[in-house]
Amino acid sequence: MKIARKPGKLLILFSLLLAAPFTVRSFYSSANSLDTTDPHITQNTEEQEENINDLIMHHIADSHDFHILDWKDHSISIPLPVILYTKEGLVTFMSNAFHHDDHGRVVVEKGSQRFVKYHEKIYYASEKADSHGSFVNKGDDGAILNDKPIDISITKNVFSLFLTALLVVFIAFKSASNYKTNSRAPKGFASFIEPILVFIRDEIALQNIGEKYYERFVPYLITLFFFIWIANMLGLMPVFPGGANLSGNIAFTMSLALLTLILMIFNASGDFWKHTFWMPGVPVPMKLLLAPIELIGIFTKPFALMIRLFANMTAGHIVILSLIGLIFIFKSVAVAPASILLTLFIYLIKVFISLLQAYIFTLLSALFIGQTMATHEHDDHH
Amino acid sequence: MELVTPGFGLFIWTLITFLLLVFILGKFAWKPILNSVKEREKNIEEALYAAEKARQEMQNLTNENEKLLKEARSERDAILKEARELKEKILSDAKEAAKIQGEKLLSEARKQIENEKMAAINELKNQVASLSIEIAEKILQKELEDSKKHEEFASSIINKVMIN
Repeated sequence: MKIARKPGKLLILFSLLLAAPFTVRSFYSSANSLDTTDPHITQNTEEQEENINDLIMHHIADSHDFHILDWKDHSISIPLPVILYTKEGLVTFMSNAFHHDDHGRVVVEKGSQRFVKYHEKIYYASEKADSHGSFVNKGDDGAILNDKPIDISITKNVFSLFLTALLVVFIAFKSASNYKTNSRAPKGFASFIEPILVFIRDEIALQNIGEKYYERFVPYLITLFFFIWIANMLGLMPVFPGGANLSGNIAFTMSLALLTLILMIFNASGDFWKHTFWMPGVPVPMKLLLAPIELIGIFTKPFALMIRLFANMTAGHIVILSLIGLIFIFKSVAVAPASILLTLFIYLIKVFISLLQAYIFTLLSALFIGQTMATHEHDDHH
Repeated sequence: MELVTPGFGLFIWTLITFLLLVFILGKFAWKPILNSVKEREKNIEEALYAAEKARQEMQNLTNENEKLLKEARSERDAILKEARELKEKILSDAKEAAKIQGEKLLSEARKQIENEKMAAINELKNQVASLSIEIAEKILQKELEDSKKHEEFASSIINKVMIN
């Protein structure tokens, strides 16, 4: 018991040491910098809470530069390339051209076009600045009226995406290299990866898609699993190069869910379409009623996939950041130990959820594909 | 709302990256791995099957051996029995033959002995006769030395013969 308790204590101590300077300083200075940049915000508690709310949303959202930490009121971040598809073609520049401005005050001129960044979105700049020095025009309801170029920048999340892809490639080729020389039991890295591959093949693909077609989907499912898992884990990493909320971004989950939808539709059996549009074995009025429901059903499945991963990962990030944020809402260091212990607890759960969500996404993808591919031999009994 | 509005940039980049990843890894990593895993599974299956078969064969062989051994043993027993019987027979036959032979020899010997005995007796008789004659001769000579006696003797003999 004594030995078992000791590493636990050490772990808590270590995480306190590790977490405290980073998160607290970052929060504190970010909060400060928000205060200084936005003159409307005063130091009363409600505003402070709103402040932290903004901050959490800011941490979850995508960003054009990779913020590492704030040091003595100076933000240290890695600039990332901005790629815009504008009215005059492709325009590229580094994000540090905005000088950390996120309120549309700094204008970047490229050729005849002028750009500003406002809340991590890039707009064509207005001719004149408003009373706050911002080059964006807002309507009465606060909506921004400026046009936007198509933004395909390498943002923080895209950077994280590439990193994820690189890691997956590394894992795949590292384990594949083992099989070139070794035809016996897997060794080293491959012995960790192989059970996962075999599990996905046998328990996910084979079980849900069926013996006849499952093999062609195995590479997709394996890539999907590792891609989501690594993306989730990178998102959990508190410092550079992790920390981007990639798998908690709806664009990311949407594109993966879309691929599953495409696979579902293009591999669907004739039987499936028949069941969708003209359900056998029910009266004609019911057939007419069921057709739209079944049709919507095709889309709700991948939609659920998209929302599930997005919501799980985002919620985890929000919970962790909120627990840290408690310290600033209560304005007391005394809250820190409880808050950090809770954070650690959630963090460990998140490590598990990272794996679980990757598994669920893969499993459900296989299940949905399997459902549309299935041919029914019991039509008459419907 | 911002949170649930998918950004076009990340969407497109994710699609491109992921599709590339599926294509490249599917072709150059997962497929070779899965193929060799499959190959290995097949090999293991085959090896297990072969081992099972070998075991079966071994069992069969052992059974056969046992059978052979049993057969050999019974054959040996039969041979031994036969040999013993043969030996007994030969022995008894030999005994019989020996007995007959012995008896034959014995009777022959007895006959021989008889013959010899008869021969010896005859010879003895002859010897005795000749000796008797000699003795008689000698006595006669002595007797005949005086004529009277001689005459007396002769007459006695004549008498004897005449009486006869």
